[in-house]
Amino acid sequence: MAEKLIVSSSPHIKAGITTRKIMLDVIIALIPACIASIIYFGWQAAMLLVVSVITCVVAEYICRKVMKRDNTIGDLSAVVTGLLVAMNVPSSLNPFMMMLGDVAAIVVVKQMFGGIGQNFVNPALIGRIILMNSFPGPMSSWTMTNYAIDGATTATPLGIVKMGLSDPLPNYLQMFLGNRGGCLGETCGLALLIGFAYLLIRKVISPVIPLCYIGTAALMSALLGRDVLFDILAGGLLLGAIFMATDYTTSPITIKGQVIYAIGCGVLTILIRKFGALPEGVSYSIIIMNLLVPLIERGTRPRTFGKERAKK
Amino acid sequence: MELNFPSTPFKTHGGAAVPHRKNTAQKQSVSMPAPSQVVIPMSMHVGAPCVPLVKTGDLVTVGQKIAESPAFVSAPIHATVSGKVSGIKKVMLPGGNYTDAIIIDSDGEMTVSPDVKPPVVNSLQDFLSALKESGLVGLGGAGFPAHVKLNVPKDKKVDTLIINCAECEPYLTPDNREAVENTASVVEGAGIVKKWLGLERCIIAIENNKPDAIAAIKKELEDKEKSQNDTIRVLPLRATYPQGAEKVLIKACTDREVGMGKLPADAGCIVMNITSCAFVADYMRTGMPLVKKRLTVDGSAIKEPMNVVVPIGTKISDVIAFVGTKTEPRKILMGGPMMGMAVPSMEVPILKQNNGLLCFDEKDAHMLEPTACIRCGRCVMGCPMNLMPARLETFSKAKDVDQLIEFDVMNCMECGTCAFNCPAHRPLVQAIRLGKGLVRAKQAADKAKAQKAKEAEGNK
Repeated sequence: MAEKLIVSSSPHIKAGITTRKIMLDVIIALIPACIASIIYFGWQAAMLLVVSVITCVVAEYICRKVMKRDNTIGDLSAVVTGLLVAMNVPSSLNPFMMMLGDVAAIVVVKQMFGGIGQNFVNPALIGRIILMNSFPGPMSSWTMTNYAIDGATTATPLGIVKMGLSDPLPNYLQMFLGNRGGCLGETCGLALLIGFAYLLIRKVISPVIPLCYIGTAALMSALLGRDVLFDILAGGLLLGAIFMATDYTTSPITIKGQVIYAIGCGVLTILIRKFGALPEGVSYSIIIMNLLVPLIERGTRPRTFGKERAKK
Repeated sequence: MELNFPSTPFKTHGGAAVPHRKNTAQKQSVSMPAPSQVVIPMSMHVGAPCVPLVKTGDLVTVGQKIAESPAFVSAPIHATVSGKVSGIKKVMLPGGNYTDAIIIDSDGEMTVSPDVKPPVVNSLQDFLSALKESGLVGLGGAGFPAHVKLNVPKDKKVDTLIINCAECEPYLTPDNREAVENTASVVEGAGIVKKWLGLERCIIAIENNKPDAIAAIKKELEDKEKSQNDTIRVLPLRATYPQGAEKVLIKACTDREVGMGKLPADAGCIVMNITSCAFVADYMRTGMPLVKKRLTVDGSAIKEPMNVVVPIGTKISDVIAFVGTKTEPRKILMGGPMMGMAVPSMEVPILKQNNGLLCFDEKDAHMLEPTACIRCGRCVMGCPMNLMPARLETFSKAKDVDQLIEFDVMNCMECGTCAFNCPAHRPLVQAIRLGKGLVRAKQAADKAKAQKAKEAEGNK
């Protein structure tokens, strides 16, 4: 009888959170934006989302098999990456091109560095950046939304401003609802905010990074004399701040670090928009700040309980 | 006298919203009849093990001193049943290590020893010697001898006594029941300790998920004489884990931080478990040393959860047989589910500082397999000591002692908040324990090396 007892280290109960549940919550939070993209861009959007998810999951499965490691597709993180890559491409993109981005994200950025939790930059963003540099044309040829207003063009609002086109700009409400040119997932601010609220309620993310990121971007925009609301709604800022910059693995673990990181993202985004060659700077800002995370964490270690006072 | 009592607890960092599962909070404790045999280990406290004063064949009575140690940090041990010493042999402790134990076959009479009489206390010294004779150790689970804890070094100015009834561990309710069933002794004990140590104030800290305990003690304290002119007060705490951990409790009650590697006395506080505190009063009144203990018996394998008062040294198997099981337990914990120890055998006896016996069925006995850390930061956010558990786990695995020290591994109190919250089910506490072991080994080695170098120097 005695040898039947199980012995293990404390604690003996768990909160019941799992990586899979967290990823599932992120997927649920992305659903409003998926629906919005299908409403505005039609079946092509749906097709790209499905193809991207399947490609990521299959890539992860094969990669783990080849590397003789245990299977991790059950944690659903590949599904999240798949959704995010698709959300970062225009609806007219050839799905085979997008698959290259998916494979780069999963195989090169995630699995080659050790799998979930080990990638040093956001996989979906690297997927997007590889696509932008490999296929600059298709990656910036936008289609009209199904409900495009009269005189609207296919260019993104940021593109119109950057290139000094004479096309009419959508108004704030149109941009907030997503009726504008852009990548699949970035256009509908409302859908992204619903997802944000869900993530906060489920305590998947803290509001620190999104709020500091958007707040800093707004401040920078105002300082540089730009249209603040336009800067918030026109590009990928909401998608980036809510779903990309908050990636656990590539953002600082401490609150202080998160504030610094998010401020950095906000400053860089607006600087790139104002002075860079590209109309949009969210992807590069987040990637650059991802790379600085180890440095930020080194400088923002929490003070151990009782440490400073002990020195006094 | 200027006295400063907080009306609400001060802010503490982190913590976890553990489930309460206080199934036994409203149930009157049940006394268990003497088992046929008790096994009394010589090491039920922090400090030097005791040496038996009796030998095989001796007749003993309840409350008779059967073992003690000349060391200061130690606590004497008393017979918990009357009967015959049938042997002294090695037994297994909850941690799996072995120690000598006195085996007593009970005669079922529970005859009280003639030595049991109220101590005469006229000075602090008398008080401390009486405490030592009582065999009292920290009953909250730490098992630190009471006479050592209350012997405050002269150079330390202590002004506050905190009576710990936070009882933040899930399931456990013995302290809650002590406050309700033995209210008068709790308040009297607090008064006695406060008086002899000359302290300014006493805070009885109770988590607000125990309204009956708070109400009972508040009512008792309405008497000005009992509350020593309102210098003993109740402070309801937020019900969050680990509110009852000594350093966290001191922060919540006084806003003072106990420095790393320091003792509560360095922050002007003494923390005493509520059951220990009530025992002080009971001992001063009756002279009956620590021979029994109330524990919560609960868990998914238990039929009817209850608080049982058992003679110390009763085997787990006897307690479980008395309470009754639904299914055969697959995992048995001594203590709560957050910090309790899984025992390897049902032959292990109940010790002085045990406050819970949790029996889990097959389903609850297994833990989920760990997956990769996703750097979500829940361990860092939750750590009441503000440590970085995931980093410590990495350093521990890499056996990087320097980094372990750099990241203050020794300040971890192993409360388990990090591992509880971890979505990847990393065995963080286990890794940190190993890390602490590495640091201790290195420190011991360094010390030995320094000693050797010094000797070599001396030989020149």
